[in-house]
Amino acid sequence: MRARVGVGAASAVLALITLAALAPGLLTGGPPDQADALAALEGPSAAHWFGTDANGRDVFTRVVYGAAPSLLAGLGATALAVTVGTALGLLAALGGRVLDEVVMRLVEVVLALPTLLLALLVITVTGPGTVNVILAIALYTAPSYARLVRAQTMVIRRAGYVEAATSLGLSQGRIILRHVLPNAFEPLLVLATIEVGIALVAAASLSYLGLGPQPPAPEWGAMLSGGRDYFSVAWWIAIFPGVAITLTVLSITVVGRHLQRRIS
Amino acid sequence: MTKRILTRLGTSVLVLWGAVTVSFTALHLTPGNVVDVLIGSSIVTPEVRAQIIADYGLDRPLPVQYATYLGRVLRGDLGQSYQLHESVATAIGTQLGPSLQLAGATLLVTVVVSTTLALLTARRRRWIRGLSSGLELVGVSIPTFWAAILLLTVFSFQLGWFPAVGADGWSGLVLPVIATSIPITTMLTQLMRESLELTLEEPFVLTARSRGMSDLGVRLRHALRHALVPAVTLLGWVVGLLVGSMVAVEQIFSRQGIGQLTLAAVTGKDLPVVMGVVLVTAVLYVVVNIVIDLLYLVIDPRLRSAA
Amino acid sequence: MSVPVVEVADLHVSFGPVAAVRGVSLAVHPGECVALVGESGSGKSVTARTLLGLTGEQAEVSATRLRIEGLDASGFSERQWRSVRGRRIGFVLQDALVSLDSLRPVGKEIAETLRLHRAVPRDAVRGRVLELLTEVGVPEPERRARQYPHELSGGLRQRALIASAIACHPRLLIADEPTTALDVTVQAQILRLLGERKRAGTALLLISHDLAVVAELADRILVMKDGVVVESGPAQRVLREPEHPYTRGLLAAIPTAAAKGARLSDPAAPPLRRAPAGEVVIEARDLARSFRGHRAVDGVSFELRAGETLGIVGESGSGKTTTARLVLGLLAPDRGSVAIDGQPWAGLTPRRRRELRRHIQVVYQDPLSSFDPRFTVRRILAEALDVGGRPRGEAVRLLEQVGLDAGVLDRRPLRLSGGQRQRVAIARALAPRPRVIVCDEPVSALDVSIQAQVLDLLAELQAELGVAYLFISHHLGVVQHVSDRVLVMKDGRVVESGDVHQVLTAPTAAYTRELLAAVPQLDTTASLVRRAS
Repeated sequence: MRARVGVGAASAVLALITLAALAPGLLTGGPPDQADALAALEGPSAAHWFGTDANGRDVFTRVVYGAAPSLLAGLGATALAVTVGTALGLLAALGGRVLDEVVMRLVEVVLALPTLLLALLVITVTGPGTVNVILAIALYTAPSYARLVRAQTMVIRRAGYVEAATSLGLSQGRIILRHVLPNAFEPLLVLATIEVGIALVAAASLSYLGLGPQPPAPEWGAMLSGGRDYFSVAWWIAIFPGVAITLTVLSITVVGRHLQRRIS
Repeated sequence: MTKRILTRLGTSVLVLWGAVTVSFTALHLTPGNVVDVLIGSSIVTPEVRAQIIADYGLDRPLPVQYATYLGRVLRGDLGQSYQLHESVATAIGTQLGPSLQLAGATLLVTVVVSTTLALLTARRRRWIRGLSSGLELVGVSIPTFWAAILLLTVFSFQLGWFPAVGADGWSGLVLPVIATSIPITTMLTQLMRESLELTLEEPFVLTARSRGMSDLGVRLRHALRHALVPAVTLLGWVVGLLVGSMVAVEQIFSRQGIGQLTLAAVTGKDLPVVMGVVLVTAVLYVVVNIVIDLLYLVIDPRLRSAA
Repeated sequence: MSVPVVEVADLHVSFGPVAAVRGVSLAVHPGECVALVGESGSGKSVTARTLLGLTGEQAEVSATRLRIEGLDASGFSERQWRSVRGRRIGFVLQDALVSLDSLRPVGKEIAETLRLHRAVPRDAVRGRVLELLTEVGVPEPERRARQYPHELSGGLRQRALIASAIACHPRLLIADEPTTALDVTVQAQILRLLGERKRAGTALLLISHDLAVVAELADRILVMKDGVVVESGPAQRVLREPEHPYTRGLLAAIPTAAAKGARLSDPAAPPLRRAPAGEVVIEARDLARSFRGHRAVDGVSFELRAGETLGIVGESGSGKTTTARLVLGLLAPDRGSVAIDGQPWAGLTPRRRRELRRHIQVVYQDPLSSFDPRFTVRRILAEALDVGGRPRGEAVRLLEQVGLDAGVLDRRPLRLSGGQRQRVAIARALAPRPRVIVCDEPVSALDVSIQAQVLDLLAELQAELGVAYLFISHHLGVVQHVSDRVLVMKDGRVVESGDVHQVLTAPTAAYTRELLAAVPQLDTTASLVRRAS
């Protein structure tokens, strides 16, 4: 019962954030970079719900507009990683011994490097920016999907129902399409939902370090970075984007785990 | 057993070779002349330029350059940072201490706290488990860098309990350790509680109870060891996460360390340093995995005899 | 009469809304063996755990009387219960592989009981552990004490588990399915060991789903069903003159040679009429297969004719299942050949192999894992009907054939009972109209009464469709009941084969004799019951 309330609340938060990402204009007025030097560093009020930043920009408006790039980074990186990872994992599991060895060794090497470090290396090479951040995160998450898909596929190929289908006289191709792939994908997709949250935090961290979208773009991580210097005088600049990130990730995790429980 | 050791050795060599290759590829993928990439934003004399070309064999074909680079790394030469005016090995060496201190303290706190929490909350009343899983959810969702900012503001700026900037010694370590511990501790607690709960359902636990053993005794003597197996598996991932979160945490708390060094190198396009850090962490990975393998052997006798 | 070691009256145990035990009364006296028999969900294990205070926090326990060695235990604190467990009452569970801590040497597990109750001085613990191991018949105790459960054979493991339960000389030993999962020869040894304890004066509470297993040891038997004791009395009386219809049903359901041709679930029904055996459908010649140097199957040959049942019986590791996989063409033999309907597997194109598979279907021990978890019964049957080139609408007819109604079509196997699942598995096997069905331990995971129904169903289908069965089981009674001919396997070889009656009543091979001697005997009583009804 209580769990259902939690899942409901999380879904509502996600709906709101999706709305903010797709149609920020519906939730807030002016453009995110409209500066008002006379209203700089004002605390939360009826006019400015989340206060204003050092340039007098409305923090609420910027948080709303920040939803799009943050969600995009999380979703984009995960989608890319799942696609590449699945392709590699299936190649390893179904493509014979040699391919399996090659792909899995490659995966091992990439996984050996700490996640953020690999992203930093990519950004050193490509330079900062939203697309590069997505690429960097996808590069280091793809191998774990490859590993999961491969393991999952291998286990299922040895499952009782695959042997049952074989002795029924189904062809290998049909067995893979009908039994192996669907059963391998279900847990993968659920995991991917949860990983969107993790990718989102990773993207925000990179932006915070100044390697993501460049100012004045409204992005949660970048806003935190901008608000850090004013923390002792204007806490709201860094608090609200942080709350936005945490709430989003929390909601994604709650919904993802709910799905996970449903399939197991 | 021998096969296991050989596999581990093979993988280790492969990982190190892979890291060298990744670095070399990064160097050549970076837009611009390789010499300029190596120099970055600093200005050097033509003599130094000529020296770089000679050192890296840049006037020779790509395979030779690769072999030259591999040879240098094998000799322990990680190259020169032209921005820091010192060798990469020296730069990393001087920054390694504070980072290891932070990492060690975090690991210690994490293991102690999550083991205690897992032991206390596994298969307890609903509200206890509800409370702790709620806290864990928040813990895994909070970005480390944001947690660090909050800690710094509240405990250093507002309350003044801990030094705000770059202090050495234990008092300067408290807040950074808390910040890096939060996500790892919550993940580990969750994992250990789940496996403890599974273990406590096992028939051998019922057997132990039927001998007259207390609940705490069963948890400590029997269940904990079983719950450690998945926790050890997570250790490799934990170390990777630690290295990553250090970048932001060291910057926020203005601490010396590998994280700061890396961040400065990335923003300043000091590629030799970035490549050096990549190689050093690959070595770290290899060491950690050997430790993990040894821990498995200590915990699970079935692996010892499966030789 | 002596004071009972444990005595309980009008025991009720419920878990929330579920009443697991309702009004059970029992007493066990020193040197006496009381058996608690029932199928899964009958409440027998819960009853036993109540005597140790181990029903868990969620359980609500009430009884008008609960006495352990004369002490009123109804108000025992956790601390008092702990002093009872292991010291006054020992507890043995089934399958020591999971009932002993896999990460600790067995010697430490036995020592744990001694240390917890400070039964012997600290420095004497080791010596006592070795003594105990010797007492339960474990050879080389020094070496065994240092070994881990996975390094011991099933029999030695179970002995070690018993040693840890009797370490402090408890007055009562509760054994909950102590021989389930063991091979029949090992089972006989463990039962003998428990018998020794009983003769030494220990009271024994034996819990089992199998009347035959308890028959040799029990002085009194309590039969439980749905949390209630439906019948109780001296063992001989309960086994020979059962009063309650449920007990009679249970006894009649035990498959034996005597019940051959009759329906186990309904002994009064007229016997089935079977067509004589037809042409050869499986011909296996000199099959051999090794795994990593270990010969799993070595020189197995047999023929199976249409409408006939060939049983393969053997203990674990005898090569039964490998033989099945070779016959099914799922595994290639190192030597020898298998022909289905005169067509050998070897040298076929993948397409022709698939076509041949239609003729030979399979039913596994664990039907659940043989179904795709995402599939409903409808899709499971549709897939099999497609293979056989039959319209999907025939699914309902198939279900009727196996005694299920169309209501299960849209359910997933996870939501079906064990018996229903096995019926769906049989329906799937029938869908391509096979000539032969390989049944690999098809009833081993089922309760006796469900087992009887499934065996009856298989017999009816054979009479109706003329399908041949290759029937694999570790259970001699089951094989004896269903088979026309039998192969006895040991270590990958056929030690004896021939007409089932001949082989199992006048065995020539020493191993077959050993196997038969180990089987707990009940047939005289069962036949008595059958005549009575």
